[in-house]
Amino acid sequence: MSNTLWGMEITTEQLLIGFGDTLYMVALSLLYSALIGLPLGILLVITRNGHILENKWIFNILNPIINILRSVPFIILLVAIIPLTRLIVGTAIGTNAAIVPLVFYAAPYIARLVENSLLEVDKGIIEAAQSMGATVPQIILKFLIPEGLSSLILTFTTATIGLVGATAMAGAVGAGGVGDLALTYGYQRFDEMTMFVTVAALVIIVQLLQSTGNLISRKVRRR
Amino acid sequence: MPFSPSFSLITNITKKGATSVIEFQQVTKTFQTKKQTVEALKGINLTVEKGDIFGVVGYSGAGKSTLIRLVNLLERPSTGQVIVDGQPLTELKPKQLRAEKKKIGMIFQHFNLLNSKTVFDNVAIPLVLAGTPRKKIKERVEELLEFVGLADKAKNYPDQLSGGQKQRIGIARALATNPSILLCDEATSALDPQTTSAVLQLLKKINKQYNITILLITHEMSVIREICNKVAVMEGGLVVEQGSVFDVFASPKTVIAKNFVRTVIHDEIPQSVLKNAINNNASPVIWKINFVGNTSSQPLLSTIAKKYDVHLSVLSANISEIQETPFGNLIIEITGQSQEIQKAFTFIQEEGFLIQEVNVHE
Repeated sequence: MSNTLWGMEITTEQLLIGFGDTLYMVALSLLYSALIGLPLGILLVITRNGHILENKWIFNILNPIINILRSVPFIILLVAIIPLTRLIVGTAIGTNAAIVPLVFYAAPYIARLVENSLLEVDKGIIEAAQSMGATVPQIILKFLIPEGLSSLILTFTTATIGLVGATAMAGAVGAGGVGDLALTYGYQRFDEMTMFVTVAALVIIVQLLQSTGNLISRKVRRR
Repeated sequence: MPFSPSFSLITNITKKGATSVIEFQQVTKTFQTKKQTVEALKGINLTVEKGDIFGVVGYSGAGKSTLIRLVNLLERPSTGQVIVDGQPLTELKPKQLRAEKKKIGMIFQHFNLLNSKTVFDNVAIPLVLAGTPRKKIKERVEELLEFVGLADKAKNYPDQLSGGQKQRIGIARALATNPSILLCDEATSALDPQTTSAVLQLLKKINKQYNITILLITHEMSVIREICNKVAVMEGGLVVEQGSVFDVFASPKTVIAKNFVRTVIHDEIPQSVLKNAINNNASPVIWKINFVGNTSSQPLLSTIAKKYDVHLSVLSANISEIQETPFGNLIIEITGQSQEIQKAFTFIQEEGFLIQEVNVHE
């Protein structure tokens, strides 16, 4: 217990590991949920009525599924999909195990946010693309995404911040991370300084993420 | 063969060897919403020939937007055929259709440029989609920007340009793939009068220089007068009147066409003048005379005054130019013996002028 700071019950090393775990969980779950959420979001846009790949079946199946997943509180999702987590990761406890529910939580969220971002793209742009004889993939890659990029970046910023919050709850399955430290030491052991430092750390992470996101988004928009 | 050859044979050849580039055959379009069915087009027959600047005019809701969107299948006809370059569009396979669309450029009321891309990249887009080599793209885009007079704006973004400049970029983009047809969807409706005129002159230049057939829709009759050679007037999903711009302007037949013509050619008697005429004479005889082309230089009024025992006073007169032909509108009040008046009337008619009596109490 030599390496403690400001009278915290945890060591600086524990704090740093916590930081690392949080970053690891956020980064990986963001990657996976983006890989799932982005195509789903695009699908939600292009299959809707009057859009380039109008398809009532896909839209009417996808839409409620995303709503259902989004209405389950993360803390319940965490526990509810334990069997699935075990199947994928081999265990239901620990940092890697937390990534499965985090993806289940973030992917539909991202899909919905991507949908909103891309719906902002002026329909006239799509019409222009169609008048040029662009294919569906061309419309998505050369028109829809570039025009919605600035908004998409803010979308992913919001999603990342949501994930930071969710990782704190993932402490409930022993996921580690800054949030876990706050829960186990700060809350359960009444260590006020640990509570303060970890919360401050989370505040800083979120602030940094948001400003970076805003900056990039503005750069892309160039205004 | 994707379409029947006999069909294309008929449609390729129309009267006097003129080639039809766009042809609407009994085209209808119905929009089905949950609550109601909207018949946007109720049977359109229209032929645009090579080299035309064909204008479709109508109030909003007349169906002209739907009409122009059928030419590149942004909308599909419910029934009937749209034939472009001899090919019925709806029978083309997706790949053929995409190829056909490269021959049809389109510009829009709100320009529809990509705000995330530079002017250069915006103009380059159709070429990028077509897989053109980078070097060729550069050459072509520079040439196009030069043509529309915006070579210095290549690195700017659309939101740094004025409306007129944006439309020029839209035009450059539409011309990128060397189309033979240009569709203009209310292309000048968001522009001020001066910019409108400049853009219209550019369209005229495109039509003349590259022999590109232009189909445009507008709600402004001044646009038709300025550049079109043919016009169709639409109302309630139907073409109610069509013909050469000159004929329609000189003698519009339907009420709506008359109203449209009146927006650019003022042939009404000013109220104060009319009041004055009625004050002097309870039922004055007032004539409206139209003169066209060279006849306008004939000294009509002085001839009548000399030949017949009548007095003439001009209530209103103006000359406008349609299709580079002078078109005059003269409103006169005539007084004298009714026999003399009748003779004068016949004389004017025999001289080949369009004359009609104006009912002042209407």
